[in-house]
Amino acid sequence: MSAAPQSDPRRPRIPTWVRVVSVVAAGVVILSVTATLTGQYQLTSRGTTQAAVLLLLPILFAGLGGLWSERAGVINIGLEGMMILGTWGAAWAGYQWGPWAAVLGGIVLGALGGLLHAVATVTFNVNHIVSGVAITLLGMGVTKYLSTLLFEPISQNPRQSPRVEAFNTFSVQPVADSLASVESQQRVLLSDVAGLLGGLLSGLTPLVIIGFALVPISYLVLWRTRFGLRLRSCGENPVAAESLGVKVVTYKYVGVVISGALAGLGGAALTLNPGQLGYLEGQTGGRGYIGLAAMIFGNWRPGGLLAGSALFGYVDGVQLRAGGEAVHGLLYGATILAVGLAVVWVARRRWRAALIAAVAGAVVYGVYYSIDTVPREFAAYAPQLVTLLVLAVASQRLRPPAAIGLEYRRGEGD
Amino acid sequence: MTRARTVLLPPALAIVFAALLCAVALLISGDSPVTALRVMVTQVGEGTTAVDIVNSGAIYYIAALAVAIGFQMKLFNIGIEGQYRLAACVAAIVGGALVLPPVVHTLVIIVVAAVVGAVWAGIAALLKAYRGVSEVISTIMLNFIATGLIAFLIRPDSFGVLQGNNISTAPIEPSGHFPGISFGSSGTLFGMVAVAVLLGLGYWFLLNRTRFGFELKASGESPTAATAGGVDARRMVIIALVLSGAVAGLVGLPELLGRDLAYTLTSPQGYGFTGIAVALLGRNHPLGIALGALLWAFLDKSALALDNVGVPREIVLIMQGSVVLSVVIAYEIVRRYELAAEQRRVAAQLRSAAAAEKVAS
Repeated sequence: MSAAPQSDPRRPRIPTWVRVVSVVAAGVVILSVTATLTGQYQLTSRGTTQAAVLLLLPILFAGLGGLWSERAGVINIGLEGMMILGTWGAAWAGYQWGPWAAVLGGIVLGALGGLLHAVATVTFNVNHIVSGVAITLLGMGVTKYLSTLLFEPISQNPRQSPRVEAFNTFSVQPVADSLASVESQQRVLLSDVAGLLGGLLSGLTPLVIIGFALVPISYLVLWRTRFGLRLRSCGENPVAAESLGVKVVTYKYVGVVISGALAGLGGAALTLNPGQLGYLEGQTGGRGYIGLAAMIFGNWRPGGLLAGSALFGYVDGVQLRAGGEAVHGLLYGATILAVGLAVVWVARRRWRAALIAAVAGAVVYGVYYSIDTVPREFAAYAPQLVTLLVLAVASQRLRPPAAIGLEYRRGEGD
Repeated sequence: MTRARTVLLPPALAIVFAALLCAVALLISGDSPVTALRVMVTQVGEGTTAVDIVNSGAIYYIAALAVAIGFQMKLFNIGIEGQYRLAACVAAIVGGALVLPPVVHTLVIIVVAAVVGAVWAGIAALLKAYRGVSEVISTIMLNFIATGLIAFLIRPDSFGVLQGNNISTAPIEPSGHFPGISFGSSGTLFGMVAVAVLLGLGYWFLLNRTRFGFELKASGESPTAATAGGVDARRMVIIALVLSGAVAGLVGLPELLGRDLAYTLTSPQGYGFTGIAVALLGRNHPLGIALGALLWAFLDKSALALDNVGVPREIVLIMQGSVVLSVVIAYEIVRRYELAAEQRRVAAQLRSAAAAEKVAS
């Protein structure tokens, strides 16, 4: 999915939106064919898509958080810790003053974590990964302490908050209902599209809207405004930025604090997830790290990280809603994808890539053919496996900000 | 004198700062920091606490050594967690299935654990060396996958045995155990503590007395200079990570061979991240790491004692987290200060040399 076609000077460049639309369309067709041929209709059902959207949300927020920080040149592996702080802040504010206060509480506590990371990495030049690990440890400790102190007297359980009122869900009517009726007719392709779209348009919460809106907003702010250009210049070449009068330290602080706020918002999304009572110890389950992986998967771009989080959310949703047999069906889809890529690359005379794709397809099909179901234990970790594979295949094409993780001190440019 | 200040001052400052922070937190929550401190100190003499601290300290020590090997080359092996858990699980399965004479059995289990840890880290090493994948991300992903793999391996229809409500591997026969040193009512010291000490000595020897150690440190200090000096960067990455993984494979063994004798779903987790923190505390120095590991274990055990007098035990977690964060900041401040002092000193020497030359001419 991430393998965007390389720009070829001989060929006229295809506009980005055409590429995006064709990739999405290809994905839908593959899922539809897979669902029809394997009989795993859960793959494209409304319920699966809904679950996927709710599961991708925290990952998306964390990924956006990673984007803001890393574009300013600061590696943020502390996203996990900031997210944990966010879950606590959301629960604490949420059980007293309702869901919007929860959102705010998550943002504030996450931003505090981000501020700490900024102080350590920007002001004191501590290694970014070291600081991130320390903040995750500290975040875990602080939330455990605070929840024992403030939640236990009310919830009788130090690992859990009192019940937090969640947002009411809503659907885009009358579109959602008509899509549901199309889905129930079980027509090839049409019903699948209706199921996927229906899941996107029903069972929504304000947070889903905020999450999807933040992707274009991040793009516009970071790539289309003066502020964004300056922030990114701090991640690419801080010394040059400084020589042009950009206050590098300030921009880095802003980037990292926004990053923490977004991670905290991701924590709030977890706490407010429908079906979730509130804060629960260990609730984040490493989603901060997965958000970071989704961002790297997306090549440090908002659109790419949306695709990455969608992949994680979708596989997770399929696994939770329909279990190992549906994930097994996805293997069939992966085979179709590999064969399709092989055909495309043969047409473009890229023999080596085509051969690798064909072999990979054969291997995946072999696995599909030899087992009946993917063991539950592996199905749960399919997203991580996919990330590892994608990184192994595509990491040469990724382009992180040039000065990421490097030490910068004001006035040392000459 | 300067050296002692650079080495000892930062951790001392950090511990004092973290203690103050916790004192404030305790005062806010209405507990007495003095009581807390008294309880923490007196608990060491009670029951098996002292031996427990050394036992946990040894585990943290091995984990931190594994992290430190990577750190020497500026490689972040976040994957100690997955490496040691998978290694302990596979070693328990192999150890439970084999029937061998006493010493050989134990050795086989240890070797299996080291190999599994090395292989799991080796995946990240190969990805880093040949595909340029950041080891931070790949090892984090491998941690998750290891969790899935372990759950799969100890399923009752794979290699697991159902024991009450818990699933575990088949128990290891007594011939495979690593005998401990008993202190009567004060508890039993894990035999693996000795192995941890040996590993520390080996680490020191490797870094300071071998060509490999020199190349490792050189690659960490300046990759370009090392490459110019004929060091194969790719090879160093692979060896460093695989070695780190092999040591990480041993982290789970003190408890596996000295106490639990089987790997279960509830076997302890989290030593990998503790190892990172301890390695940071100890500045990758074998003695520093040992002190850091003991401090960490001491704080861990304090949690129980604090709970008994009604102080929230989670205060220990805050203490641990803030110690790590303040220690890295403190090292950085002192390093910056020393650098400026050295620049001043050199400048003064140059000035006086120039003045002497002027007089001579």
